[in-house]
Amino acid sequence: MKFTEEHEWLDVEGDIVTVGITAHAAEQLGDVVFVELPEAGVEVSKDDEVVVIESVKAASDILAPIDGEIVEVNEAIVADPGKVNEDPEGDAWFFKIKAADPSQMDDYMDEAAYKDFIS
Amino acid sequence: MADDDLETTELNGLHHALGAKMVPFAGYEMPVQYKLGVMKEHLHTRSAAGLFDVSHMGQVILRGEDVAAALETLVPVDVAGLAEGRQRYGFFTNRDGGIEDDLMIANRGDHLFVVVNAARKGPDMERMRAHLEPRGVTVELVEGRSLLALQGPEAEAVLAGLAPEVAEMAFMDVATVTLNGAECWVSRSGYTGEDGFEISVPDAAAEALAKALLEDERVEAIGLGARDSLRLEAGLCLYGHDIDDGMTPVEAGLTWAIQKVRRVEGDRAGGFPGEEVILGQMTGSAPRRRVGLKPEGRAPMREGTVLYDSEEGGVEIGRVTSGGFGPTVGGPVAMGYVPTAQTEPGTRLFGEVRCKRMPVEVVKLPFVPAGFKR
Repeated sequence: MKFTEEHEWLDVEGDIVTVGITAHAAEQLGDVVFVELPEAGVEVSKDDEVVVIESVKAASDILAPIDGEIVEVNEAIVADPGKVNEDPEGDAWFFKIKAADPSQMDDYMDEAAYKDFIS
Repeated sequence: MADDDLETTELNGLHHALGAKMVPFAGYEMPVQYKLGVMKEHLHTRSAAGLFDVSHMGQVILRGEDVAAALETLVPVDVAGLAEGRQRYGFFTNRDGGIEDDLMIANRGDHLFVVVNAARKGPDMERMRAHLEPRGVTVELVEGRSLLALQGPEAEAVLAGLAPEVAEMAFMDVATVTLNGAECWVSRSGYTGEDGFEISVPDAAAEALAKALLEDERVEAIGLGARDSLRLEAGLCLYGHDIDDGMTPVEAGLTWAIQKVRRVEGDRAGGFPGEEVILGQMTGSAPRRRVGLKPEGRAPMREGTVLYDSEEGGVEIGRVTSGGFGPTVGGPVAMGYVPTAQTEPGTRLFGEVRCKRMPVEVVKLPFVPAGFKR
């Protein structure tokens, strides 16, 4: 598992990366009430705003961590945005992306480094 | 702890001890939410009772022989007809008919007790001193008292546990009540759309009273985040957002607060700043009105969202002044100003969210019916 400075977690299986937000991020956001996901099949570039997430307080974005194609999105969190608070690092993943250049993953933190980052 | 330039309320230590997330608000360090989070705090207030620290608001005492008549020169409210032990909502207006602040006015026998917004305390005090002192009224900013709000359907049962007589109070009654050994000025009012009480308590007794109320399992501490979503669902205006010096009471849908006696042909018609504009709009019409807005999708439409009357093209017809997610409604809710021709409930408008026009329906306010005990 890797982590970004934008508080995303990245779970890598082959060239498919599952993206969600960390428990720390979910807590900071507060109650999530709305999630807008990209369409499966779209090509995105690193740092594109691909997801809109709104909590009771404010709107924020989730950025594409790498270049690639969105291959699957988690419609369950659109229907029930509260899942993002309940299980941010489990069932409430946002999207899966097929990496165009897997070496881009090397830039990200491991769990120990992320824990340092948020402490 | 608190930023150096922020004021704190008497309950600051308690907020920290309760794990509140503190934010700067109107010059004070205030709790925006506690551990429950905004959503659960909101729902708890609607179903049981919530305790709010609103000590940042200004408490003012006005005294003088003709204090009611004097205050009527600043507000389009029937102050002279306000019976002892009763309270009324009102607003300061300016020469253009705009709203300078909204306030609560209580007749406490030998004086009027007024509560104003934290951010407007300075200008309100200046206004009252400049206009009321020459009329023989003393204007005193109350020091040394905190202000708590206990809101929700269980508020009466909880507070009656400390002083049974509060159960006899009707909506907008005020009384002096001993709570937890302290002399409190209690009003049956609030700003959440729920039944409840506002309690002015001496600073020295504030924390003990708050703790005594929080000891009751029906009561949770509630932050400003939920206060905002509660008042929005209740269709209540927030100063600086839904009302300000550029909006008239008629545009804001607050003409109910201008009693007949102050209207055209009333015994004390006019006599307040902006009377020509305000009474003119009441007998004619206002160019725009505040309306409830229900976005059709799930995306919240927040303050500043531009409103259009068509899905493409056209010009801006209005803006959202308050908007967000309504936990009781279970979806997005908003308020904003639109031209009078487009205020009919059912009118379909479009709000531009992230460069996309999203449909939104004009609806009647409030979004959640009020639970006041009349």
